[in-house]
Formats: sequence, C-alpha cells, structure tokens
Amino acid sequence: MIPQQESDFNLNHLKLYYGKLFPFADLCRWVSYGNDANHPGCDQSYMGRREFSFTLVDDIYLRFQSFNNVHELENSVKEKSPVKIDIGPVYSVDPAKRYAYAQSENNVFTPVERELIFDIDMTDYDDVRYCCSGADVCLVCWPLMTIAIKVIDTALRDDFGFKHVLWVYSGRRGVHCWVCDGKARRLSNEQRGAIADYFRVYKGNENSHKKVSLTGAALHPFLATSYTNVLKDYFEKNLLTGQNLLATEERYEKILSMIPDESIASELRGRWQDGRRSSSAKEDINVVRWEQLKQLLQSGKHKAQGLRRCVEEIVFCFTYPRLDMEVSKHMNHLLKAPFCVHPKTGRVCVPIDPSRCDEFDPTTVPTLSQLIEELNYESSRSDVDGELNRTSLGNAITLFRSSFLQPLLKACKSCLEVTSIDTIKRWNVHSTVELSRSILTLIFSYNCNRSSGERKELA
Amino acid sequence: MEIFRPQSRRNILSSSSDAVSVPTIPLYRSAPSLDVRLEEFESFAIDRLRVLKGISDGMSRGKKPEEMENLVKDLWKVNMRQQHASEVLHKDIISHFALRLVYCRTEDLRKWFLSMESALFRYRFRLLKNAEAQRAVMEEFDLPYRAVSNVEFESIKEKLGQVARSTGQPLPTADAIFYKVPFEEVPELVAGRKVLISQGYAYVAMNQIVSLVATLFRSQLSKTLILTNRKWTSSIREQEKHRLTPIVEAMCSSYLGPDYSQSREYADISLKDIDQVAKSSFPLCMRHLFDKLKEDHHLKHGGRMQLGLFLKGVGLNLDDALAFWRAEFSKKVGLEKFEKQYAYGIRHNYGKEGKRTDYSPYSCTKIISSTPGTGDHHGCPYRHFSEENLRAALGRMGVNSRAMEDVIDKARNRHYQLACTLTFEALHGMPCDAGINHPNQYFSDSRKILQSKA
Repeated sequence: MIPQQESDFNLNHLKLYYGKLFPFADLCRWVSYGNDANHPGCDQSYMGRREFSFTLVDDIYLRFQSFNNVHELENSVKEKSPVKIDIGPVYSVDPAKRYAYAQSENNVFTPVERELIFDIDMTDYDDVRYCCSGADVCLVCWPLMTIAIKVIDTALRDDFGFKHVLWVYSGRRGVHCWVCDGKARRLSNEQRGAIADYFRVYKGNENSHKKVSLTGAALHPFLATSYTNVLKDYFEKNLLTGQNLLATEERYEKILSMIPDESIASELRGRWQDGRRSSSAKEDINVVRWEQLKQLLQSGKHKAQGLRRCVEEIVFCFTYPRLDMEVSKHMNHLLKAPFCVHPKTGRVCVPIDPSRCDEFDPTTVPTLSQLIEELNYESSRSDVDGELNRTSLGNAITLFRSSFLQPLLKACKSCLEVTSIDTIKRWNVHSTVELSRSILTLIFSYNCNRSSGERKELA
Repeated sequence: MEIFRPQSRRNILSSSSDAVSVPTIPLYRSAPSLDVRLEEFESFAIDRLRVLKGISDGMSRGKKPEEMENLVKDLWKVNMRQQHASEVLHKDIISHFALRLVYCRTEDLRKWFLSMESALFRYRFRLLKNAEAQRAVMEEFDLPYRAVSNVEFESIKEKLGQVARSTGQPLPTADAIFYKVPFEEVPELVAGRKVLISQGYAYVAMNQIVSLVATLFRSQLSKTLILTNRKWTSSIREQEKHRLTPIVEAMCSSYLGPDYSQSREYADISLKDIDQVAKSSFPLCMRHLFDKLKEDHHLKHGGRMQLGLFLKGVGLNLDDALAFWRAEFSKKVGLEKFEKQYAYGIRHNYGKEGKRTDYSPYSCTKIISSTPGTGDHHGCPYRHFSEENLRAALGRMGVNSRAMEDVIDKARNRHYQLACTLTFEALHGMPCDAGINHPNQYFSDSRKILQSKA
C-alpha cells in the first residue's frame, strides 16, 4: 500500500521543485504544438489561448490563467507555487480576457481545440478489488491500471490511428491519457463521446444488476482482441489468484450471481461449499474453481443457450477498463498537467511508457522529498539538465522527450509546413453582415455571402 | 396578405433548385424561389412543429428505430399533407426554414431543433426503402468516399463478418458494398461499435449509410443555425419587429414548455423545509438522489448536476444550496475538501463561475437519455433501475401495490414519463392530465395540489 504521506509534501520543497526541476520548457513545447517556432504558418496566439488553472495552497482556485510563452508560465508558477496545475482547452480567444468578449452578442468564447483525454481512477474499481479501497493502491490491484493502458492504448493506435499518445501516472491511484494528434485535438464533443462510448462496456449503474452485458453472436473485433490479448491472461494469471476472486463464499457468490442459469450456479455452489476435500492441496483454490466454472459454462450442452458469453462477461467485469466518461466527452474538462506533484502522496505525475507498462511500479515513483534530498546530496553543478539527470526525475523526463515530445513536434512541423498562411488567419469577429429586405433572402443568403472569416470558423 | 419576394437571390438559385432532379428529401441547402404568405409561414411552421414534437415524445419514450420509423411516417402523413406532391415539398421547405428562424435564437433551442430535424431526416431517409432513392440523396450530398476495393475487402472480410455477427446483421456477401470513411464522420456507428474501425477509418456497410448521411445533414444544419442566429440578432429581429418577430418569438415557448431556470410560483423553499418537501413533492429521480445524498453524504458528478439544478429550479438560493451540499458532503470528505472541490461546481450551476451561464434544470427527456454508470445514481429510475429496485423504490415512496403494477407495466413498455405520471397520480390521488415532462413541473404540480388541500 502507498501510505498517504503528508510529510512528503512540503511547500518549501515544492518551491524548490518548481525552481530547479519542473520541466517548463518541455511542457510549453508540447502544448504549443510547433506554433512557438518562427515558421510563417505558426499561429503566434496559440499558446496564449490555452487555459491553465492553478490550485493554490489555501484552496484558492485560479481558473482561466493564460500565458504567451514559457517565461510567463514559469514566472507565474514560481511566484504562486500552485499545489496543482491543470491544463484546459485552447479557446477561441485568450481565456484571461473572456469577459471582454462575453459582452458581444455572439458568444465567441468557446473551446476550439483540446487533446482527447482519458482519466482512469482506481476508485471506480472498488467493487472488483479486495486488496484495498478508495484512494489506496497496491501492487495487487495496480495490474487493473496496466490492463487499462494496454487495452486503450492499443485501440487508440490500431483502431483510431492516433500516434501521439501520452500516458501519465496521476500521482496516487490512477492514470491519465492525452491523445495529442491534430485530428484528436479538433474532435467535437460528439465525436469524443463516440470514442468514449466505443470503449464503454459497462451498461449498468448502481441501481441495476448487470454491469457488463455482451450480447450478439460474436464480440466486436476490438473487444475480441482485447479479450484474447489482454483481459483473459490478466484475469487468469494475475487477478484471479492475486485478488482471491473465488476463495471465500462472499466472493464466489458475487460471481455466481452473474450466471443467468440458476441450476448451473447452484451446481457450482454445491461443489464449492464442500469443495475442500475434492481439490488437491497443491492447486490454488481460485484456479480450481475457475476451471470448474468454465468447464460447466462452456461445455457443449450449454453452448446453445448463450451461456458461453457468460465467462467472458465475468472476465470483462473484473478486468475491463473503467473510464470516467465525462472527462473524455467534453472539450472544456481540465486535467492535471504531467510532472505535477500529488499533494497527498508527494509523488510526481510521471509519464508511463505504454509499451513497458507492466514494469511500472507506482510505489517507486519519485517523491518530492526524495527529489529534494537528491538535489541536496550533490549540489555542485548548476545547469538545469544536469540537476535533472542527477535526480530520479531524469528518466521520466528522458522518456517524455524521446517517446512522446520529439515524434510529436516532428509531426507538427511537417504539418505546419503544408498549412498555408491564409487558413491560419483568425476569424474576424466583427465581420459585417449584409443587410437585405426580404426575410427569405436573409435566411438563405449565408450559403453564398458569408465572409471568408466565417468560412474559416466553419472549417 | 403580404408576399415576400426574394429578388436578389432569384437569378442565382432558381436555375438549380427548381430544376429537374428534385430529391425526395430536400437537404434545405439553398433557397427556393417561393413566395410565402405570412399565414402560411406560421401555419406550416406549426404543422412541422407538431411532427418534431411527436418525434421528441417518441424519443423520450425510448422507442426503437423501427417504432420511430412508423411514428415519423404517421406524423408526417397527418401533419404535412397537401393536395399535390409539389405542395408537400413546398410546405416541407417553407416550414423548415421558418422553424430554423424560430429555433436559431438560443443554444437550447438550437440543440432541440437540431436533434429533432436530424431524427426526422434520418427516418425519412430510412423510409425511402429503395436503394435508388437513397442513392439519389447521397449523390446530393456529394460524398467523397469510394467503396472498398475487392482486394481490401478480402483482407478484412473476417473482421467485417465479426462485426456483423456482433450486431446481429447477416454476414456480408462477396458483392456487399462498404464505404471507407474517417471515423469522425460516423460518431453514432463508432459509439455503438457497429462498424469495424481500423487505422482511423470506419467501414460502413450500405445499410448503415443512413448514419453517415444523417451526421452530415446534422453538421450542416448545425452550422447554418449558428449563422442564421447571427443574422437574426444583427438584423432580422429589428427589421421584422412588426411582422415576423412576434410570430417567431411566440412560437417556440408555447411548445417547449417552460425551462424552469427561474423558479416562479413556489420560490423560497428554505433549507429547513427541504426534507419535508422532498418526501411530499420530489419525483422519484430526485427523491432517490436526495436520499442517497443523505445516506452516502456524496453524489457523483451526474447526480450533483441533476439534483443541484432541480433544487435551483425549486427555489433554493445559492447560499442555501451551498449550505445544503456542504452539510452533507462535509460529513464524508470534510469541510476543506468540499470548499475546494465541490463548492465551485455549485456556484457554477448558479452562473457564478466559469462561463457564467445560468443553467436550466434537466428535463425528463434529458434525464431519460442520460447514461449513468458505475457509482451513479442519476438518470430516470423508470428507465435505469432494474425492476426489482424500481419496485422497492416505489414502495418506499408509498405507492400502493395496485398502482405499482400499472407503473411497472408502463416502465416495462418504456413509457417512462407515463410511469412517472401514474406515480404522481397514485401519490396525490389526483389526475395529472398534462403528464410529467419535467421534474420541476412534477414538483410545482405537487405543491399546488398539496397547498390547495391544506
């Protein structure tokens, strides 16, 4: 278990962290998407239209902060020492000046770009983990997050064709995902919702029984691939025994209640209630019982009744990723910036390499106090990269750069080069509207007579 | 009788739209050069509104696509009937553009109109039945997509078959046509996992093309609504102040019902009364959230929104709302965390933070169409509860066993609002002829009855 170490978080340490270690430049290069260069296709206002939001130590919440460049961001963070930095969408206008624009009748203050984001939180798995609950995580339940990363990451790349996907440890009990391809950033809320729903298999809520329902004669290829490549193995080789899913009556009853055929459920119950003598001592009781369940449900005589799907439903219920849907569906949701320090655990929100996510261990993620100690231990050299490399944050930043930032900026650069300047021109708010007497003409004329500025806004 | 003559456009548009190939469903892209009588402007619009309202009711009952198809067919026949086919088309187009003006004016109106018009379009497209007519509409859209080649089809045949089996469709035959479309163009097929998605493309079968076309229709309409709104506010409203503006402004409110964003008659429900009025006058969806909040001292986002905005509509002022939520949440998360994490959201609902929009309480339609997930208690109990839980909840409310069967029966048949209406009638011993369309309407109707009894 990761204890909640309040002592690991200390405002003076945080100041030092922002002063010496926090990778402002990398963060800004990322959220500028190449617009910070001198290329004529760059949109110089891009970074300045991004919302940042700070949570200060006295529970003061500063929303709609905006910064034109890395220096402004760095100065403000160093001055205010926020315990949390959130990143919001890119708006149509500078969010700090939103009131000025709100005066005009057309509400032009609206999000125009936002990474497609996912937030997966261990608390949503409380009904399928027995090791800890709520805000705690341990190495027994962490595989649930590993599964989530594998399933979602694979589908984002193979199905949706995205390339620039950043996974970040949330600092305590979950993971965040940022999909940064240009196409992803420009998705509408409806399209975001569609992707989130594509990933959704939980149809139940707190007031209805069935949590996972897989109907149809086959699984959709995405679910089938996830099942055979990830879920099944993690369930059988890891969670089944790790969580002791069938070890006690209370636990196996939970699984039996998911079998729609009462006669099968009671047959298994009968075997398991006095099952002690029949199972050999060597084999794990969970494994033995799971094999019995599978055998009974998947045997020939039940296949026709559609019970075969039931084994898959159980596996999905205990392994399949549970997304916080609202976060993904709306452009204006905020998400904590990578490399923040979690105020409760003191752990840094480090990137996770999805191709090696099995190796990620949340209990060894660098903490604020550990980093400060490392800084103090050897304080002879002074350049920032040197400082970083001496601390355990170095690896995290190297990973961020090599596996995410560099390929991303390369793609942004080639994209900007093909974008001509005129399409970058900002939409002119005060475009004149032609006056005309006939009502029908007025309604219909937009097709032909809209200004070039308006066309840009529609694109 | 006034006649409008769209002079300036006539030359440009008449040649193309009046001409030979009039599609069976107009896409309302360009102006017809038609003269419109003022009375037609209004009566056509009202007839179309009846169609849209019927669609809205059907959707809030969770009708299946096939049922919706029949509903739309009937609604259209009843309301849009004219003597000659050309007059039907004429009425179709005029009524659409008239309502576009009526419903361009606020975001809520636009949203409603957009989803109803899109649904209307979708079912009319489905009703075309023959492939020729559908293809004619598709051609009108000028879709840039090509059918998947034989070679590519062979390489993904197995997966396409898997998708077909997962959705209960027949397996694709060798001559089946699939379109390869960027997945963003078919959000509803993506959301339902009804298509194969690979490397950013969705493989859309011929019988799914309606989704693609409907999505395009919707996005075009969405854009033009915003532009129409801009014109409305910048010039039309003022120019037509004596002629069309009064018609336009009167029309939407009479059909959509009040939005309950400003509580009127029963303002000033105070904190001390809230437990008692919750028992007597909250609809089940709110009662359930209220009870869960008292029990768990916590609600997830969807629940906070649904209950919070309802309470605002009931007349709880911001200070009382903060006190109310604080009293519960602080028991679980502590005062500090409440002020930090949750108070903002409450002030936001009252238009005191962020975009500063004064949000409206959720209507039944919105609540019924929500999708509560793990840990969620919001949504419409008649739709989202299992039957067992619904029975228990109704029992706690005090619905007697005879009425209970009627309610359950309605819920089973997906008449959620009727189920709620029956519950209302059972608890108040009075008929509720208007039916329940809004939780705040349930509340105010309930208060009216209880106060007249007292």
